[in-house]
Amino acid sequence: MAEKLLVNPIDCEGHGACAELLPELITMDEWGYPIVDPRPIPPGLERHVRAAVSACPTQAQRLLRETPPHRKG
Amino acid sequence: MTVTEQTMTELPRLLPSERDGKQVQDLRAHLARHGRLPYRERQGTLIHDIEAAGLTGRGGAAFPVHQKLAAVYEAADRRRRTPVVIANGAESEPASDKDATLLWLAPHLVLDGLQLAAEAVGADTAILCTHIDRGNDVGRRLRNAVAEREAATLDRVPVQLAEAPPRFLSGQETALINHLAGGPSIPTFIPPRPTERGHAGNPTLVQNAETLAHLALIARRGPRWFRAVGTRDEPGSMLATIRRADGQPRITEVPLGMPLRDLLGEVRPDQGVLLGGYHGTWISGQQAATLTLDNASLAKAGARVGAGIVITLPADRCGLVETANVVRYLALESAGQCGPCLNGLPRIAAAFAQIASGRYHPRTRADVERWCGLVTGRGACHHPDGTARLVRSALVTFAAEADRHARGRCTEANTGANTKPFLPIPKTAARTEDDWT
Repeated sequence: MAEKLLVNPIDCEGHGACAELLPELITMDEWGYPIVDPRPIPPGLERHVRAAVSACPTQAQRLLRETPPHRKG
Repeated sequence: MTVTEQTMTELPRLLPSERDGKQVQDLRAHLARHGRLPYRERQGTLIHDIEAAGLTGRGGAAFPVHQKLAAVYEAADRRRRTPVVIANGAESEPASDKDATLLWLAPHLVLDGLQLAAEAVGADTAILCTHIDRGNDVGRRLRNAVAEREAATLDRVPVQLAEAPPRFLSGQETALINHLAGGPSIPTFIPPRPTERGHAGNPTLVQNAETLAHLALIARRGPRWFRAVGTRDEPGSMLATIRRADGQPRITEVPLGMPLRDLLGEVRPDQGVLLGGYHGTWISGQQAATLTLDNASLAKAGARVGAGIVITLPADRCGLVETANVVRYLALESAGQCGPCLNGLPRIAAAFAQIASGRYHPRTRADVERWCGLVTGRGACHHPDGTARLVRSALVTFAAEADRHARGRCTEANTGANTKPFLPIPKTAARTEDDWT
């Protein structure tokens, strides 16, 4: 099943560890918060993704199995 | 009652009609007009009728109601938990008045819907949440209505009344659940979805007050009756808050698919029309003349029906100045939880204020565009997305005016005559932690 990287923007404090460990998928915006590539994780990067997820000081990253979220605004 | 084609398409359905003398519907008047509560005596069966009717949420997102009902029903079954239903009357949008009006004039229709939704998903807890600080005393009206129903032993699930603080985000689904749990009235991260794990960890159905009123009528009169008005893809009627040049809100029940020009009256081609409220979209009067009030039509102009707010900007008002006031309000109403929203919205608001004031750096518009892109989709809720949508649509619809401002001229406003904002802005913005609870 495809996995997707998800940042909880409430928990994220912009430490930037994820972008350092996973520049292939994560860049930083001009305020220091991660911009995550929304596409499914390409094969071969899984190990790096797991490293980035576990390196987050606020544990704001998580891997989500692919199901379309329904959100209400 | 004999169902003729005429009664099928008669409006209003929810609000008291001329025939009822537009009176507040107490329990006696309510039952005389709509009849008894049609309990199904079985869980789940109403969900099929709601699906056949094609009812969508009237709080703004237009999500299919049957899907939410089914999700709660299914999650409760799978997790062996008893669900909770919440009627959301916490209408936080300052430009909207339709839920407050509905709860004031026809509270029993919403309370009926709450009971029927509770039965459909097998809930044992029902909560009706309203917004503190509305002009009328809707809280007292609802306490009386609940007492009337208790005396008549109508309700099978006891109804709790709750109030949300008067903040822009407090009516947001997860903010409401957070508030009911004793937390601050601000959104939480999804997942978990409320339908899966909401109030007290139970599968939770949150439906807009108006949505529940439609549900209560579909339960009585059936899907075919519901579809007798509206479009095939977006059936039924909806409550709309209309503001024309005099600024006074009018609440009216209209069929989906109604031509906007019939709602707006006389509009100049270059006049601004705001659709969907403060998370909505500015379009020109010229565009509005060709559109109808349904999402399929409004999508052509990048707009949505939302919670049914349609505002015509008076000819002597500057759309940039009005939008700047709203964007400042929206930035102050950010919960400040998510980095992009916390950083982006104040910058967007400050830059937009410069554009509105008439002296701005050539780079400012590009900055605003970039920041709108940066905040969109990056919050726990849709506050940054909605704010960016409003800002971008203003820069398109009032592009010619923004050019004039760059040369130091504002056609309409800043003359001193119009110091009070046309678009309503609540006086108090959150300043301390206490304002959120």
